[in-house]
Amino acid sequence: MTTIGILALQGGIEEHQAHLNRLGIKHIVAVKKAGQLAACQGLILPGGESTAIGKTLRESPLLQAITGFAKQGKPVWGTCAGLILLAQNISGENNYLGLLQISVCRNGYGRQLDSFKTTAVIPEVSEQPLPLVFIRAPYISQIGPGVKVLLKLNQKIVAVKQKNIIATSFHPELTDDLSFHRYFLELVQTANDQKK
Amino acid sequence: MSERAQLNKNLAQMLKNGVIMDVTNPEQARLAEKAGAVAVMALERVPADLRKQGGVARMSDPGMIKEIMEAVSIPVMAKVRIGHFVEAQILQALGLDYIDESEVLTPTDQENHIDKTAFTIPFVCGARNLGEALRRIGEGASMIRSKGEAGTGNIIEAVSHMRAINNAIKRLTTLSREELMATSRDLAAPLHLVEFVAANGRLPVVNFAAGGIATPADAALMMQLGADGVFVGSGVFKSTNPEKRARAIVLAVTHYNDPVTLLEISKNLGEPMVGINLDLLDKTERLAERGC
Repeated sequence: MTTIGILALQGGIEEHQAHLNRLGIKHIVAVKKAGQLAACQGLILPGGESTAIGKTLRESPLLQAITGFAKQGKPVWGTCAGLILLAQNISGENNYLGLLQISVCRNGYGRQLDSFKTTAVIPEVSEQPLPLVFIRAPYISQIGPGVKVLLKLNQKIVAVKQKNIIATSFHPELTDDLSFHRYFLELVQTANDQKK
Repeated sequence: MSERAQLNKNLAQMLKNGVIMDVTNPEQARLAEKAGAVAVMALERVPADLRKQGGVARMSDPGMIKEIMEAVSIPVMAKVRIGHFVEAQILQALGLDYIDESEVLTPTDQENHIDKTAFTIPFVCGARNLGEALRRIGEGASMIRSKGEAGTGNIIEAVSHMRAINNAIKRLTTLSREELMATSRDLAAPLHLVEFVAANGRLPVVNFAAGGIATPADAALMMQLGADGVFVGSGVFKSTNPEKRARAIVLAVTHYNDPVTLLEISKNLGEPMVGINLDLLDKTERLAERGC
């Protein structure tokens, strides 16, 4: 029985939930309080507004709890705002969790009129091209030594992995494709097996 | 649905479980962002003042909207008059994030709303019932909000609009296929959208609550009634402690179904805005009747 948490302070929570449901995950926790993390084997930080989610996170014991969760080796995946929450450096503002050795350019692609959709192959995730949706998206301007690039799009890094932490500028939960969620669940499975 | 329409609908999805606040200057915009607002609505006068001052209410000065866009990093919305597609063209040229085609401003067209499919910028529109919501979506709206009765600090209309929309959605899911055409006729709504709602049990776009939200409890009430998020207009900056109230309303939307947390955040917020009893409001002063 796999239980996945979705940080549920603000943003597109139901979209991740629907994808996990389609992959047969029945136990999903909408995490609003630190105590709810104990039941989870993996955690998704969804898209939304990073300033809104980050403000509440900073004022809550959840910030420490998520840090502890990730340091135990449990998989954490941030999409868009979630990527910003994970980053060590954020252009023009203080970081939140600071767990991922990346520098991120918030709203790097511009405003809503600059939001776009494209496709690309991410070999680590799937051999098939994946639809990628960028909404007022950030990009990664720099990475530390422990960070592996999963996808670079026109010279900009938009997906990375650092051990048990993954982050994407784009929103797999806003497309019909389940590959990225399947990939995340595999990481959760592997982490679980190693623990045993 | 076009790719652009999809992306515009997606931005609204990212605003879910959040609060969008009316602001009239960069200072208020920064306060809203700091309080955890997911977006701000830039306008020269909040609805409570529009109501008091009367006259024709129009799109705000784009120079003033631009200053607010520069002051914050969250999405910025602004209002245009119902049917005024040139005001919308101007705001699209400005590079704004979202347009509210709003009954709070004085309408410009007695028959038609803007053809929103002609734009790349997304639109949010108000609705009092399912038919109205589906007509706006049919015209290309990427997001719906209840109309409520803006600028009154009175939640009664927002409650009735949210209930009306959600009850009608529930009813649609129980109908057989042959009943959908007659329902489409009765709702005066496009058949393909009626079919979508019947099959999926929800609107094809996000639905926020708006119009009269003044307290954290009001915000949580709308969320428990099924809203995806809330707009707060006059409720923040017409109260005695906007900073504290703004933050409390944001937290109330996150913890809407947790009375113990709601209790904590509802304490010591100072005076809310003075409300208006709708029985005392003349029919001509009711903004929700505009554009349907």
